[in-house]
Amino acid sequence: MLSLVVFLPLAVAAALAPLPSTVSPRVFTVGWVCAAAVDALLVLVVWLVHAAGTGITFEQRVPWIPGAGVGYHVGVDGLSLPLVGLTSALFLACAVHSVHRTRGVKGFVLLFLFLQTCCLGLFTALDLILFFVYFDLSIVGMYFVIAGWGSGNAGPSALKFFLYTFLGSLALLLGFLGLYLAAEPHTFDIVELARAAPLSGQGVFGALVLGAIGVGLLIKTPVFPFHTWMPPAHTDAPAVGSVILAGVLLKMGTYGFVRIAMPLLPRTWNEYAWLVVLLGVVSVLYGALVAFAQEDFKRMVAYTSVNHMGYVILALGSAGLAVGSAEQARVLAVTGAVTQMVSHGLLTGVLFLLAGALYARGGTHAMGQYSGLAGPAPVFAGVTAVTVFASFGIPGFSGFVAEFQILAGALATATLAAALALPGILVTAALLLRALHRICLGERPSIPPRPTEGSHDFTDLRANELTAMLPLLGAALLIGTLPRWLLAPIEAGAVHLVGAIG
Amino acid sequence: MESGFTALLPETILATGAVLGLLLGSWLPLRHQWPVRLMAVLACLLGLAAVFAAPPLPHPVFGGSYAVDVATQTGRVVVLGGTLLVILLSAESVRSHPRETEFHVLVQLGALGTLVLLGATDLSLLVAGYLLASVPLYALAGFRGDAVGTEAALKYYLLGALFGVVMIAGATLLYGVGRSTGYAVLARTLPTAPPSVVAIAAVALLAGLLFKAGAVPTQFWIPDVTRGADAAVAALVTTLPKIGGLVALFRLVEGVFPAGGGWPVLFALLATAAMTLGNLAALNQPTVRGLLAYSTISQVGYLLLAVTVAGESEFAGPALLYYLLAYAVTNLGAFAVVCRFPYAETPRDYRGMARWRPGAAVVLLVCLLGLVGTPPTAVFLGKLRVFVAAVDGGYGWLAAVAVVNTVISLFYYLRWLVPVFLPAVSARDGGPVPTGGRAALGGGIAASVSLLAGIGAGLFLPLLDGPVLP
Repeated sequence: MLSLVVFLPLAVAAALAPLPSTVSPRVFTVGWVCAAAVDALLVLVVWLVHAAGTGITFEQRVPWIPGAGVGYHVGVDGLSLPLVGLTSALFLACAVHSVHRTRGVKGFVLLFLFLQTCCLGLFTALDLILFFVYFDLSIVGMYFVIAGWGSGNAGPSALKFFLYTFLGSLALLLGFLGLYLAAEPHTFDIVELARAAPLSGQGVFGALVLGAIGVGLLIKTPVFPFHTWMPPAHTDAPAVGSVILAGVLLKMGTYGFVRIAMPLLPRTWNEYAWLVVLLGVVSVLYGALVAFAQEDFKRMVAYTSVNHMGYVILALGSAGLAVGSAEQARVLAVTGAVTQMVSHGLLTGVLFLLAGALYARGGTHAMGQYSGLAGPAPVFAGVTAVTVFASFGIPGFSGFVAEFQILAGALATATLAAALALPGILVTAALLLRALHRICLGERPSIPPRPTEGSHDFTDLRANELTAMLPLLGAALLIGTLPRWLLAPIEAGAVHLVGAIG
Repeated sequence: MESGFTALLPETILATGAVLGLLLGSWLPLRHQWPVRLMAVLACLLGLAAVFAAPPLPHPVFGGSYAVDVATQTGRVVVLGGTLLVILLSAESVRSHPRETEFHVLVQLGALGTLVLLGATDLSLLVAGYLLASVPLYALAGFRGDAVGTEAALKYYLLGALFGVVMIAGATLLYGVGRSTGYAVLARTLPTAPPSVVAIAAVALLAGLLFKAGAVPTQFWIPDVTRGADAAVAALVTTLPKIGGLVALFRLVEGVFPAGGGWPVLFALLATAAMTLGNLAALNQPTVRGLLAYSTISQVGYLLLAVTVAGESEFAGPALLYYLLAYAVTNLGAFAVVCRFPYAETPRDYRGMARWRPGAAVVLLVCLLGLVGTPPTAVFLGKLRVFVAAVDGGYGWLAAVAVVNTVISLFYYLRWLVPVFLPAVSARDGGPVPTGGRAALGGGIAASVSLLAGIGAGLFLPLLDGPVLP
């Protein structure tokens, strides 16, 4: 079942690939929408069945390269299922958003179907090498998305993204090798390694392995000081590319912590949790402050991602502190971290789609070029306003649930860090409100930056754009108001994880 | 113990094919020498069949001067399969060539020399294998007879002769202090011999094998031959001799040279030098052939990781063999694209290929990303296994160096790969001009094998586990 979910997009891509690129682009875009929709339905089925079970469900285990200790081992639990759901939702939104695309459609659609398989595969993988394969292939796919369909300085930005995250992935691989060699018998299986935890607390070697894995994941997340690849990649990527990059690919980093770094090296994680907390706090503050200084809307959203991911890292670090006590608070922190991953994926996805709408109409992301858009485009302004409020954590939306749990959980074990991170929310609120103010309110300029064809003013959101955004906002609202359906599986996973790290 | 000629069936078939081909060729009209090509293909196929029909492993033959073990068997498969691919790649440039017979005979003899080199467990046979694996390739390098080809052949020959003499001197010295040329005896006598003489002699012996492998500091011929010779010949000399050289090195380091002689450190430094120098030099190459030339030097660096920990990690042998297989097929795939588009010299000339030649673009994508080490291609698994061996053998820092080098290598592979997927400069530009379809077939086969050997490694990886005889 899970394999079907993972490989369905790839199968559709294989079916579409032989068609000549001269056929109507609609064939590809509609095919993509159908594939994404069917996949989302399948994920829904998986979710409903999982809710009835416990632990890892839909587990499937086939020997793949037994000589090298590699197996095809997949399954979902409370920590991975929300991200699988998020991935299928975001890809469906991207498919709907791109339905009217006309140029270079074939390659674009095939790449996104390929990326969807990589992303779903990564979140269901229970084998380190399987995880790594998807991790690396997602980098390759995203590189071609940015380099081939990006704008501005796309080539160099894409190369920077590739090199930086590729270096991270290889550091990750070295760490995996360390775990493989330490386990007896040698294996890459995550479940078996978590049971044995061979390197946990084993002094220098354990620290080196955690360091290699940590650097690899921190680059991907990204956390200060490893974030420098991200702003250019986001600025120059196509809008839906940014959605996937921020919404799904960044989560691979944070998910790696809860799936690999923490359960496989619990004692070592406890030992260095203070460093993780520190990096998290710095990311929260640094991301917020630098975002405040941005003129470019997309760049600003990219830096708020550094801020939001910083909370996740802070929460995961604080869950490693105070071993043996404050269990409830630490479960709360981990639950908040996973909820934050989902929430950030949904809301930042919408923000990047809005940035794409802005660019398609005005030809620039510079906020100084726009003002008073609420007049000609009331729906755009309304959606932007709601997303902005949701994004800095107003109660009623998912961001509040996530950040509240993170800070409440972290306050128990890392009081000072949580207190220091609190102003980050304030700065984020200020910068997002300022952006809303500059773009949507105020006077209309007498000459619009670049009128779109056929009209002399900013046109409002089209139906397909709105169809892509509203369900994501709706999901965020649902999580904000009735969160139990999401929190219940996450909490089960979090209890298990906190039990493993002591 | 002794099973005589039946154990050497693949080698015998190849030698017979070469000799019969030479005789046959002298009776054929100049423009119709295709039966010789057919004979070469048959010899390789029969040889492959003989490999799979071999008696159980391992066993030394001919008084312990030749070993038929897992390394020899894997090497045979890779060399014979690689030779088949090279014959396919060369079809366009040597078909109906007046010296087609010579070409195919020399290719078979070079392959035979490589087989001798990788199975030899006796210094005399090793030297003979070195000469047999070198001399035909000198002639092949200058096969086209133009100025750059001749220069390449001359440089290749002079360096080969120099390192050959140095190697023979080393073998002589080892014979002197070890009182035998057989590896089995040397392994017993060398630990008690004067260490300084053994060290000098061993380093001299290594010079020849490093030359065959194309490793630093004996790499000077590679760029010249790769750029100057026919593309199919370039594919041959950058792929097959490496297999012989590296397996021979592995045998010596694992079983013959006395332990505690500082060999791992030496090889770690050689590996670092090859990776780093190859990668840094490849960054600025204007032509795709120059890029591939230095890429092969850097790949030897990764392969030397396995030689470094030979004898210190149980993973080293299987890792080396798997990586050799993966590297050979992936490198041949990249060269197949070069053979198919002989007029496209720089990466810029490949603009628009994805639009006009999607098949070739996919082959290049698989092979170049494969050479980087992107999963799920075979080289990824090869790198993974080599890194496992290095970390296990206590050379984690060397694996880290290899990782940094892998990231550097991404730059130049992408420099070639990106134009392939860019739109052509003008609408009338139909992308690079191809030659006939055989090279395309070769590339397709190589890319498929590279991908399938990665995904399906579970099926044949256990076959590579087994003792490598000293």
